Amino acid sequence: MTNFTLVGVTLADGSNANIEVTDGRISGIGKKTSGETISAKGLIALPGFVDLHTHLREPGYEQSETVKTGSQSAALGGYTAVHAMANTHPVADTAGVVEQVKALGDEAGYVQVQPIGAVTVGLEGKQLAELGAMADSKAQVKVFSDDGKCVHDPLLMRRALAYVKNFGGVIAQHAQDPRLTENSQMHEGAVSAELGLAGWPAVAEESIIARDVLLAEAAGSRIHICHLSTAGSVEIIRWAKARGIQVTAEVTPHHLLLTDELARGYDPIFKVNPPLRTQNDVLALRAALIDGTIDIIATDHAPHPDESKDCEWGAAAFGMLGLETAASIAQSVLIDSGDSNWQRFVEVMSTKPAAISGIVGQGLELAVGEVANITLIDPSAKREIRGGGASKSGNQPYEGMTLPGRVVHTIYRGAFTVRDSKLVERGQQ
Amino acid sequence: MKHLLSARELGKEQAIAILDTAIQMEQVNAREIKKLPTLRGKTVVNLFFEDSTRTRTSFEVAAKRLSADVINFTAKGSSVSKGESLKDTAQTLQAMGADGVIIRHHASGAAHTLASSGWIDASIINAGDGTHEHPTQALLDAYTIRQKLRGNEAGTDLAGLRIAIVGDIAHSRVARSNLILLQTLGAEVYLVGPATLVPGALAAHAAGSFFSLDQAILEVEFDAIMMLRVQSERMTASFFPSEREYARIWGLNGDRLAKLPANTLVMHPGPMNRGLEIDAKAADSVNSVILAQVANGVSVRMAVLYHLLSGGTEID
Amino acid sequence: MNSRTVLSGSDIDRAVTRIAHEIVESNQGTENLILLGIPTRGIWLAERIGKVLERSYPEFVATEAIGRLDITMYRDDLAINPTRAVTETQIPSAGIDDKIVVLVDDVLFSGRTIRAALDALGDYGRPRAVRVAVLVDRGHRQLPIRADFVGKNLPTSVAERIQVQLTETDSDNSVVIEG
Repeated sequence: MTNFTLVGVTLADGSNANIEVTDGRISGIGKKTSGETISAKGLIALPGFVDLHTHLREPGYEQSETVKTGSQSAALGGYTAVHAMANTHPVADTAGVVEQVKALGDEAGYVQVQPIGAVTVGLEGKQLAELGAMADSKAQVKVFSDDGKCVHDPLLMRRALAYVKNFGGVIAQHAQDPRLTENSQMHEGAVSAELGLAGWPAVAEESIIARDVLLAEAAGSRIHICHLSTAGSVEIIRWAKARGIQVTAEVTPHHLLLTDELARGYDPIFKVNPPLRTQNDVLALRAALIDGTIDIIATDHAPHPDESKDCEWGAAAFGMLGLETAASIAQSVLIDSGDSNWQRFVEVMSTKPAAISGIVGQGLELAVGEVANITLIDPSAKREIRGGGASKSGNQPYEGMTLPGRVVHTIYRGAFTVRDSKLVERGQQ
Repeated sequence: MKHLLSARELGKEQAIAILDTAIQMEQVNAREIKKLPTLRGKTVVNLFFEDSTRTRTSFEVAAKRLSADVINFTAKGSSVSKGESLKDTAQTLQAMGADGVIIRHHASGAAHTLASSGWIDASIINAGDGTHEHPTQALLDAYTIRQKLRGNEAGTDLAGLRIAIVGDIAHSRVARSNLILLQTLGAEVYLVGPATLVPGALAAHAAGSFFSLDQAILEVEFDAIMMLRVQSERMTASFFPSEREYARIWGLNGDRLAKLPANTLVMHPGPMNRGLEIDAKAADSVNSVILAQVANGVSVRMAVLYHLLSGGTEID
Repeated sequence: MNSRTVLSGSDIDRAVTRIAHEIVESNQGTENLILLGIPTRGIWLAERIGKVLERSYPEFVATEAIGRLDITMYRDDLAINPTRAVTETQIPSAGIDDKIVVLVDDVLFSGRTIRAALDALGDYGRPRAVRVAVLVDRGHRQLPIRADFVGKNLPTSVAERIQVQLTETDSDNSVVIEG
């Protein structure tokens, strides 16, 4: 197996060291070198990133993305693990489908692909899927979500929250009241009123979160809130955490950077669910990410083919790419702003998402003896975003923007998946 | 000016220039020979994804009076109802050499998308996009108000006039375009309607807003009152309890008309729901300029077509 | 750039007076006479001719015989120029059917303006005859069109510009050649 040393890396705490990797594990952190030496001066070495919210689209929507192309995009973004959302076709609501997705991920070999199981059969919100079977399968599913749809029925949500306690699972809720958001197109506010696009009111998210944290409290269960997008939601999470409710929350990179003003040109590239909110919301989400009210950044990487975006706003699909730009936005919000530090970066991008999911061998601090999942980034680089990278789709909301930082190397289980910012063909290793 | 997508794009001078041109078009429309050679050889496409015989006919007459070739491309019975995308339709029209495309579409922003997508080079005229805008309706309303209250005098604006827009503001493209254009021309615009249908974000841009029509009539001396059509899909979505209650609280009837100043204009973009947002006494009163709005529609649309399609930038 | 004045204010007045009398002479009176000025300066010239006629012929009533004809919508160069403002057309209330219509303009050059005016007239009625009166004929015709009444024939080069100034819109009464 490979044996190399990353020479002169900077660690999250600011110290410098060499990292030796042998047989897929970290064999030394210090001054020694062994095997091939790779200069990593000026690069920050972090535990491989873990995305808790990725749409890989396979099976069923391979024209948008496949497990392989999504995995490649993830590797380029510095990820060593992604959680594949269940809204595929067929829906990942059985042991068979989740095992298939996991197998496709293992075959591609760029990142650890951990399937998420559907909460209800067919995401239809009527009947619980066989959560236990998925948990017991080879995919070892621990996170369940109907993402794309809200588990709206309060009784069903209550049952699901309780039932996953049987095997230590967690429900990840897409908080969106369906009646309050019928046919909604963008954030409800001044811009939607001007543009005549049906509004998606903040209360449609906040009312579900408020209900669900109370249900979780009553059930004594954990709950995870997907893609939190409003200042009001932050307040509810803050209150729930202060009350001792076991709630965790994620925010997407785009909700940390982009606002509803971008809808003005009716370019559907900015159509996403939950929608881009106001600057006030962006500031509240950033502050909450820094102070820990929001636990993690999750991409909600949602590839769509050109024909789903090259049309009028109303006909366009919701969603945007995110895997290859998330670390840059995290750096911008946490580091370049001067408001936080690399330790927090590691928490929100790697250790905490892994802890929420319970995924094995991921999100571990860099330490001797651990699996070598390591991401090295050059924080001084600037790059202009062009196109969708390795993704099969091109719905790139940051097109033309200059973002800070560059993922230089991604090492997954001791092998390079990305080297010098280029994908490594798997199989050559 | 290449496209007319939103009333927001019209500055005061530009809006007045179009209204002034419309005066001359009105003259042409009063002649025995109602035809100008101005757009000879130009092809104008009426691209209607929504039924609207009135608006489509108004544009068609306008384009024909300017000697343009007019092609009606409606969703019903054509390939657009068979799943052909807006993009494919636009590219087809481009290949056929359309110089101007008048689009009515159920999606807000469809006209913007057509103009900015690069699918087609033609001038785009927004003839109503979803619940967004309907700028030529606002121009013809402004024209009618100027005609009746400012002596149809070229060069004049609407400064100081108080205009109420009453009804379903939230879903009305007519309201949005009028709110913008009438204020560009100096008028004070008041929004009136049930709280479920008057978004605060729009009211913030108005001179004032009222949830009660009676209160509005009591407090403001309106020069014109514009009643919006209540769309049937609103009636079943709990924006208000019943048609009867709507008519009682927000309908313009003979009693309310009597409380308005004697020469307040009564306007409606049509088609009317008689007995709902307006009753026969109001619609057929001497104050009503509803038919003038229809007649002026042709003149104003001729003016818009002239301003968008007659000039060229390249010399060949 | 060179510029020289070829007609002074009093030259213009004399030319207008002469044109007025020539029109009446050729028409054998003022009966059925309609004068239509072509914007912008043709309008003022038509009005000036009208004033001369009112002074000399008591039966001539300017308000019933003088109008203006905007030809913008009939131009053949719309597509190669920025959009032009349209101005008002005023046809005397009796109309132009069976009348002798004199089109009045400041400068006759390519003939395209008069061509457009003839098309426009056709949409207002059927005159018995149409005549053309211009203050300056500078040559270089591109169409088979001639003036019936000319204030001054001015041989020019194509590159030169003729500036007609009338105090109704300008600061001075003069005709200047530039170039």
